Amino acid sequence: MMPSAERVSRDASGPVVRAENLGKTFGRAVVLRDVALQVAAGEVLALFGPNGAGKSTLLRLLARLMTPTSGTLMLFGETGQTSAVRRRIGLVAHQSFLYPDLNARENLLFYAGMYDLVDAPARVDAWLERVALADVGTRPVRLFSRGMEQRLALARALLHEPDLVLLDEPWSGLDAAAADWLGALLVEQRQQGRTVIVATHDFERGLAVATRALIVHRGRLAWEAPVAADSSAAFDAAYRQITGAVAA
Amino acid sequence: MIAAWRILHKDLVLELRTREALSGLIVLVLLILLTFTFALNPEGASAAAPAVQWVTFIFAGLMAIQRSFLIERENGAWYGLLLCPIDRGAIFVAKMASNVIVLGGAQVVLLALLVLFLGVSVPVAPFGLLFVNVLGLIGFAALATLFAAISVRLRAREMMLPLLVLPLLVPLVICAVEASRIVMAGGTIASAGPWVRVLVTFDVIFSVAGWMVFEQLVHE
Amino acid sequence: MNVHRRIAPFADRVLPLLATVAMLAALACIFLYVPNERVQGPVQRIFYFHVNCWWAAYLGFFIAAGSSALFLWRGGASYDRLAHAGVEVGILFCTMGLVTGPIWARPIWGTWWTWDPRLTMAVILWTIFAVYLVLRSGARDEPEISRYAAVLAVIGVLDIPLIMISVRLWRGIHPSVISAPANKGGLEDPRMVTGLLVALVAFSLLFLWLLWLRYEGLRLRDELHRLEDRMDESTR
Repeated sequence: MMPSAERVSRDASGPVVRAENLGKTFGRAVVLRDVALQVAAGEVLALFGPNGAGKSTLLRLLARLMTPTSGTLMLFGETGQTSAVRRRIGLVAHQSFLYPDLNARENLLFYAGMYDLVDAPARVDAWLERVALADVGTRPVRLFSRGMEQRLALARALLHEPDLVLLDEPWSGLDAAAADWLGALLVEQRQQGRTVIVATHDFERGLAVATRALIVHRGRLAWEAPVAADSSAAFDAAYRQITGAVAA
Repeated sequence: MIAAWRILHKDLVLELRTREALSGLIVLVLLILLTFTFALNPEGASAAAPAVQWVTFIFAGLMAIQRSFLIERENGAWYGLLLCPIDRGAIFVAKMASNVIVLGGAQVVLLALLVLFLGVSVPVAPFGLLFVNVLGLIGFAALATLFAAISVRLRAREMMLPLLVLPLLVPLVICAVEASRIVMAGGTIASAGPWVRVLVTFDVIFSVAGWMVFEQLVHE
Repeated sequence: MNVHRRIAPFADRVLPLLATVAMLAALACIFLYVPNERVQGPVQRIFYFHVNCWWAAYLGFFIAAGSSALFLWRGGASYDRLAHAGVEVGILFCTMGLVTGPIWARPIWGTWWTWDPRLTMAVILWTIFAVYLVLRSGARDEPEISRYAAVLAVIGVLDIPLIMISVRLWRGIHPSVISAPANKGGLEDPRMVTGLLVALVAFSLLFLWLLWLRYEGLRLRDELHRLEDRMDESTR
């Protein structure tokens, strides 16, 4: 891992995320309502819930890509959508945010520039190594497989060493080896004191890395509990009860 | 503003690699101009040149300008930009600049074709003509870039962009055509004074306004 | 909204009355009180309607633009609703102005339409209004449509002076910085001035009343949606 020259001092005083009464409405559709959440540095949250429950919207709110229509959201102790806060957030979404006609290296160099990273070429090369894409660095992203694109998107999101890492269904599209690697990567982020929030349908992998599990259902945070070694049975029961579906 | 330069650089690299924007635009300009040529009486054609030039430019430009934002739609790259710790106005500046470059290239071709098709004579000192064209180019790019950012998000985008932009372009159309008419006939910039003054004001106001409003525009 | 609660009783009960009375007074003035204009004769009485239609149209536009700016930089659905209402009422008066114009022009100048700078300006204003409404109605499912409409209004208002100047130049009229409208000079009789002022007040009140009605309509629609959603949520 590259030593970080411009590591922003972490707000050890307050929680990384504090949300109260958070709500998001799109026109007439109420997608999220009454979400209260507090996340401390170093936690790993796993968000579970059926499709359409509002997990992606919650992540986008946390990434400050959207403003809430109700309630308050504080990130690193700030309520505003400032550049300083954006610098400390990384998001991996369904879409990769990569330019298909640029190659892998160019994509990462672009984002490195946008985040004002020193030593960009070396950093980019290091990350290409980490995501095992170093040998296809000059291939246009258009020609990447889904798994390759996903790995590059991870590199894009983590390039600037964000303190808050948000991931939306990151395991989809990854083969078993890459999925294991991602799990290890997330654990490593936690060990480095970063905060991770991951929305996923992959219960096994999600629970394996998480310190806390939450279930989002119909726009509300329906359930949450810390994750311990023997949690999965309790979790399965809760999930079935809340959503009426079986946790896979 | 370094951010604006980086975005612009990325867009230029993309354009050089795919060559989609400029080539399509040039063909479009050619076709619209041809249509005018067939529609016009050959005797009166060169007198109509300023009007033909700007109408062609505007309609070709409207069709082509959305591309500057459409390239950000693939893979959601637009949201990648919004995540970055930059002043969002920089995105507007970069997009406007890349549109000025691409549309400027088309404008050069358009002027050359005007000489060819409509028998317009090139004035002895072309500086005035160049200046007027740059003014019109900048004003159009400022307004059209701003509203392209809106229209790409709408379903009826091909229709909405002209609707949004054309009423607001009236000062540009009036002044650019009149000023062009004067300088094409060999007049100096000074003799086109009032028209040029309005154009400069238009350019300044909408470039600045676009930059200032953009942050609020892309806010979700 | 606190302001809303304070205005509402007045706007709901007193304003309609005031507007009606003022309008009746204006009609009485226009048809009974003011004398015939020397040159144009009785037809000239349209002027009192025509001019005030423009007044109301511009009022609507500037309210919409100001409200849109507040919406963009401060947020708040009420600003957005006010802007929307302003455009709707504005285009109504703009249309009336564009209709009364030709009705007046025909007997006086023998032609239905002239590219008089003010009429030309009005047509362009009308198209900006219309595009605003097309934008809002056509893209109803786009969540940020209020924002886009607001940008249109704000940019539009910046463009108005430039359009005015360039249209005047186009017609060969040299624009001075602030020029008194030529027509005002034609009001020789003080009774005409009174008539104009009464009509101005009447139209302003009518404008405000219609603006209030449209604003309330939009507000109630939003309120209804909110209640419907709450009902949906609680029956799940």
